[in-house]
Amino acid sequence: MADTSVTLEPPVLLRLREPGRWAAVRDYTRRNPDMVVGLIIVVALLLVSLIGPFFVDVRQAQPMRAVPGQPPSARYPLGTDDQGRNLLAVMVVGLPLTLKIGFLAGAVGLSIGAILGLSAGYLGGITDTIISMIVDIVLTVPGLLILITIAASIKTFISVEVLALVVASLAWPRPTRTIRSQVLTLRERGYIQVARRSGVSTPEIILFQLLPNLLPYLAATFVAAVSATILASIGLEVLGLGPQNDPTLGMTIYWAINYNALLRGMWWWWLPPIIAVVLMFVGLFLISSGMDEIANPRRRRVV
Amino acid sequence: MASNAAPPILEMRHVTKAFGGGLFDRAQVVALADFSLTIADAPPSITAIVGESGSGKTTLARLLLGLVEPTSGEVLFDGVDVQKLNRQGWKEYLRQVQVIFQDPYEVYNPFYKVDQVLETPVRKFKLAPSRARERDLIEETLQAVGLRPEETLGRYPHQLSGGQRQRVMVARALIVRPRIIIADEPVSMVDASLRATILASLVKLNREFGISLVYITHDLTTAYQVGENIVVLYRGTVAEAGSVEQVVREPRHPYTQLLVGSVPRADPRHPWQGERDASGEAARANARSCAFADRCPKTMPICIEQHPPLFQTDPDRVVACYLNREAPVIGGEELSKVFVQAASPA
Amino acid sequence: MTPRPEAGPDRPYVPPVLQVEDLRVYYHTLRGPVRAVDGVSFSMPPGERLGLVGESGSGKSTIALSLMRMIKPPGRIEGGRVILDGVDLLALSEEQMRRTRLADIALVAQGAMNSLNPVKRVRDQIADALASHGGVTASQNGRVRARDPRDVVPDLLQRVGLRPSVAGMFPHQLSGGMKQRVVIAITISLQPKVIVADEPTSALDVVVQRQIMETLRAVQEEIGAAVILIGHDMGLMAQFVHRLGVMYAGELIELSDVLAIFDEPLHPYTQLLIASLPSLERKGVFQGIPGLPPSLLAKPTGCPFRSRCPSAMSVCTTVAPTLREVRPLRWVSCHLYEESGDRRQETGAEWQDQQAVGGYQPAASG
Repeated sequence: MADTSVTLEPPVLLRLREPGRWAAVRDYTRRNPDMVVGLIIVVALLLVSLIGPFFVDVRQAQPMRAVPGQPPSARYPLGTDDQGRNLLAVMVVGLPLTLKIGFLAGAVGLSIGAILGLSAGYLGGITDTIISMIVDIVLTVPGLLILITIAASIKTFISVEVLALVVASLAWPRPTRTIRSQVLTLRERGYIQVARRSGVSTPEIILFQLLPNLLPYLAATFVAAVSATILASIGLEVLGLGPQNDPTLGMTIYWAINYNALLRGMWWWWLPPIIAVVLMFVGLFLISSGMDEIANPRRRRVV
Repeated sequence: MASNAAPPILEMRHVTKAFGGGLFDRAQVVALADFSLTIADAPPSITAIVGESGSGKTTLARLLLGLVEPTSGEVLFDGVDVQKLNRQGWKEYLRQVQVIFQDPYEVYNPFYKVDQVLETPVRKFKLAPSRARERDLIEETLQAVGLRPEETLGRYPHQLSGGQRQRVMVARALIVRPRIIIADEPVSMVDASLRATILASLVKLNREFGISLVYITHDLTTAYQVGENIVVLYRGTVAEAGSVEQVVREPRHPYTQLLVGSVPRADPRHPWQGERDASGEAARANARSCAFADRCPKTMPICIEQHPPLFQTDPDRVVACYLNREAPVIGGEELSKVFVQAASPA
Repeated sequence: MTPRPEAGPDRPYVPPVLQVEDLRVYYHTLRGPVRAVDGVSFSMPPGERLGLVGESGSGKSTIALSLMRMIKPPGRIEGGRVILDGVDLLALSEEQMRRTRLADIALVAQGAMNSLNPVKRVRDQIADALASHGGVTASQNGRVRARDPRDVVPDLLQRVGLRPSVAGMFPHQLSGGMKQRVVIAITISLQPKVIVADEPTSALDVVVQRQIMETLRAVQEEIGAAVILIGHDMGLMAQFVHRLGVMYAGELIELSDVLAIFDEPLHPYTQLLIASLPSLERKGVFQGIPGLPPSLLAKPTGCPFRSRCPSAMSVCTTVAPTLREVRPLRWVSCHLYEESGDRRQETGAEWQDQQAVGGYQPAASG
């Protein structure tokens, strides 16, 4: 018997299983340009880091590897800084580092947030009360201040990974909140009740019933977390509290400020990292704006 | 009715459920007030609960399913207070008291095929020794509710119509062979032409599989068609109850009369009839009055003073209305006395 | 309830207030066009109450939106005409249509009571509706619109059976039924010629439903508007409308006087539908319609009902039936009635225009 009249729109992910997926992708692009453009930008930035090493020697991202203080030329397309770094190499190396911090911190923050949010939202009761209380307290603490304090005290031991963890330490409360409220909504859905009535245990409900439906929200929260953690990490780096030996974008800006690049007109030093950061944020923002479309599917019911 | 040694499957004793009314929230909404109901263990019965929005019928469903706790009174399963069931008892309760919800969209997890709602209870309650036998059981059950397995299984919820989805839900409720099914507005979101089929399956569950049914609805007509006995709820209290023939054909409570008169008959020659609502014109009621006093066209002073008890006007009917105060009074817990048993199927 | 003036040979001809001709509305999805409304035609004399009944997927709500030209992508009106008092609404500009809405054709939508502005008092919401059409000659016959809201509001409220004090209230202070009455008040505020009511009482209790429908009937008769009641409740149709149209799979398959349809339904779908209705008179018979409605995406050839029709013939598979007047003022789209003599016409709309005999007759003066 033929497919019945249009009822609900199936979840986007499921639709990819059906034939005509390229048509689906094309049509999706028309419907959700934000997401696609955002993805293109972020992927392009990642590509720069992948292909870059073929065009420039990445060792020149370290100090004293090139002639210092050079404006852009054929030899150094983005010029060099006062410490002798080839800025093109710096971009090629720094971009993935900054993204890495963001993704790592975002992932850690999200994971903690998901575990806490699911527990608080689904289990309710005292678990919820305790977790929510902790979340609320941590949220009222001025984040940057804490980060600065932590970073300043371990200054010499900071590597890219450590920075990511430092930032992640304050990245989990928001995801916890968002996920918790999402779980509170989903908890009342009919299929959860039906699952309970079919004898499914609580952990199984959380894992197999809630989690798949949370995926869009988790993805959206992840993107938001990445944006926030990149911002926080750059904030720390610009103050000089980042990894001293790695040319992340934030550290590059720090050195640029430190050496008065702005006053000295060395625009090739401070401008490229800023542009890269802006592009990164725009890309991430567009992705999260596009995620909104998935997270709030407009379900049509035929009348 | 022969006295039954076994405890009733479900019993509600003077259950009151109120929401709000905390320290800062003075407005308390009483969804259900001093409500009692007994569903006997045998024979399998069909009890219809009819009420409009605000009547408390949804709260009633949730209390019967153990989803909410009564503010006062008890809900008993097999004679044991649901709130006090141990792990084993709770598992038994989950299996024996099944549910069919109103919304055929919401009850499916869009990520899984519909097979999953049938496989899960079979596996969790260990109803089949092998995958093959599980498959057989599922197919038999689908056929029992009038669905064709080859058209239903292997599909995602969005690929089935609302009526089909609801029928799969009926199959799911049946597959665990519960003792009772609470059906909360099972057909109100289903097209008219499919309603009859689904209702027929529900009645079949009762007649052929011996499963009792509590059919909760706002639709008096289907309640009449499906139920043997009926309880008419108004604002959390029983307005009238008894056999469907008595209550629907010759209603005595002004609210029931209003309901029956307002049902739009599918017959242009049979227009709406009876008195209209008298709200605004009736005397001012207070919290202790009859729940219907402010809308009733026949309000008397005594109705304002106190909410009426249940008057048993016929062997198979009670009315909570002072217009019938000549009749003997029975207590709430005896409500089921006026229920009839179905005639044996032909 | 259904007033039926005696048929007379010299009843004067009154032009229809609304004529729908071959309306087609498709939703363009990824998998192709969904033919939600597929060639629907009917006409209404002024003041008539017409019902369009159908189940989900029949296209009835799409028609409501189309008449108001409120179809949004991916839906699109593919063809046909909607002629209101001589003007084709589908040919108007957006600005002209905006002025026509509410002033000449108004919609009471499902759940409209929930779209009242929660932070505005009732009288302000009515005044807003008037103001958006105020001072402009909105209708075709040049009636002036500008009236002082302070005079209009109490009058409107009284017409829909609300106390004047309601004017100063906010929506949350009103019950569902009262809110829906406010919506009706807004709907009639500019005295439209046609009121489209799409499941206006679906969220309401039976008791309140009756009150609302009786109110709607009273105001509609008072201002002389025609009403299209769209829904799935045959009982409600029986109580309210003069004529009833049955929708199936985007098509109008039967259209007759309401008494005639219930006395003697002609189309097999209508027959099965009426038979499946539960009654309060007799217990025990449950008779549904087996099968499922066809996919509007991959609509089969021939009659859309053939897969479920107990009387299906071989011609039903290949040739799609059209709406024909097979008896006086009774239109059916079914091959069972092909041999109905010389009164067949190709489109229902043409014939209905000539209200010669029987059925609802509007007042002659108009």
